[in-house]
Amino acid sequence: MAHSGINVLFSGSNFDRLLVGLWTSIWIAALSIIIGLLIGTIFGVLRTMPNKIIRCILRVYMEIFRILPSVVLLYLVYYILPRSLHINWPGTWMAVLAFSLWVAAEFSDIVRGALQSVPLAQKESGLALGLSKMQLFLYVLLPQAFKLELPATINLATRVIKTTSILMLISVMDVINVGQQIIEANNQKFPTGVFWVYGLIFFFYFILDYPLSVWAKSLMAKQK
Amino acid sequence: MSGRKIFNTIISVIAAVVVLASAYMGLTKPYLARSAGGSGWSNNNSVTQIKRRGYIRIGVYGDLPPYGWVNSQGKRVGFDLRLARELAKELGVKPRFTQLNGNNRVDALNSNKVDMVLANFTKTPERAEVVDFAHPYMKVSTGVVSPKSHPITSEKQLRGKQLILLKGSTGENYFANRPGIKLLRFDSETQQFNAMKNKRGAALADDNSYLYAWIKKNPQYVVGIRSIGPHQFIAPAVKKGNKSLLKWTNKQINRLTAEGFFKKDYQIELKPYFGKGIVPSDILLK
Repeated sequence: MAHSGINVLFSGSNFDRLLVGLWTSIWIAALSIIIGLLIGTIFGVLRTMPNKIIRCILRVYMEIFRILPSVVLLYLVYYILPRSLHINWPGTWMAVLAFSLWVAAEFSDIVRGALQSVPLAQKESGLALGLSKMQLFLYVLLPQAFKLELPATINLATRVIKTTSILMLISVMDVINVGQQIIEANNQKFPTGVFWVYGLIFFFYFILDYPLSVWAKSLMAKQK
Repeated sequence: MSGRKIFNTIISVIAAVVVLASAYMGLTKPYLARSAGGSGWSNNNSVTQIKRRGYIRIGVYGDLPPYGWVNSQGKRVGFDLRLARELAKELGVKPRFTQLNGNNRVDALNSNKVDMVLANFTKTPERAEVVDFAHPYMKVSTGVVSPKSHPITSEKQLRGKQLILLKGSTGENYFANRPGIKLLRFDSETQQFNAMKNKRGAALADDNSYLYAWIKKNPQYVVGIRSIGPHQFIAPAVKKGNKSLLKWTNKQINRLTAEGFFKKDYQIELKPYFGKGIVPSDILLK
């Protein structure tokens, strides 16, 4: 088994490099989710307001970002935006920007849906108790909406983690990009290395996403 | 605890371990897979400004041995990389590499992500409209590989025989207009080379630089026709209109060619990958 393909993972610093690539994917996903959730919450709340213009603008924003494939969005943000706006951040931060905007769009709809599905009686009881609008929001609507939106939010998070796999398009050295380097560099020595490198990447993504999806499932079961 | 619960707990523990391990590596050894660095927007990437800022941003390949790839220590190496480091040394600045692929080389220049592209970039009239090419340092053309037992050494010998080709390659363009040759087209490099091994055709035509490397692994074949059809040139490219850097690069390519730098580069980076009988002049200009 001197030339078995699995050795490709452990020759030189290949395994460490894949882990470094994975960390890039993880922190970009995590930061984008956090920023996206914050902005998304604000947008979602605004979308339940009576002001038609704000609602319309945010609705258009949400639809655009939801329809646009992430590949197109990344390309626009990384290659087209700098030309017209003259900003030039590193690829990793551009990725965080693109993903945050996307998460915000998706999450704003989740928040809106959750807020609107809090039973009307709850709202009226709150008002009857003499709560101000702000208090009603903080103590009655948000806590209840939070529970309702949690499973959908976790699903969104798993999607963001999976989508980091397209980051190689904008020269970010994520785990897929590093994997590609290793495969091509070792093609001669380990012809079956492809299988092992992609196998490990599969394992990485599975191990990150599976616990999240189990969590979402158990939360949904509890709500029923 | 049920079986499923145990499974889920184990998975979660492994997940935590993987995340922590990657975080540890990512935070302590980021140099193993460094991402493209950015810089403030500036349209002026003249030689003086590059010198002043202390680094030059060069777009390279990361997955094309032996031209631009990453070895198992995580270091960028290859024929193009040696040239890139030489140019940076001459400027007295540090090179900062951004990994590109075939599709984003033009955009990386035009969106000011890199100052120069050294990524096996073939000069074509279409590309020359949108970026500025410096003097070339390598030439490629279509070559024809055939079994050593039935070598094909001239186009005449191909008449009435099957020729294996890659769709969209320069070779396909050339042979599409030649009379009397039956073409067998494939979608990928792997497919076409497998077809050759399975004797689906008498010969296979592709970029000669790939064929030279392929016969190293498959010594029962020979590149009978080393060059056919028009030559194409591989050159450094800079952003359209960056006259200062273009002029400087042209001067450097001339100097390096005269000093025999590319021959040395060939001996170190390319020769180990090429089959027997290939000489520097097959791929270098002088």
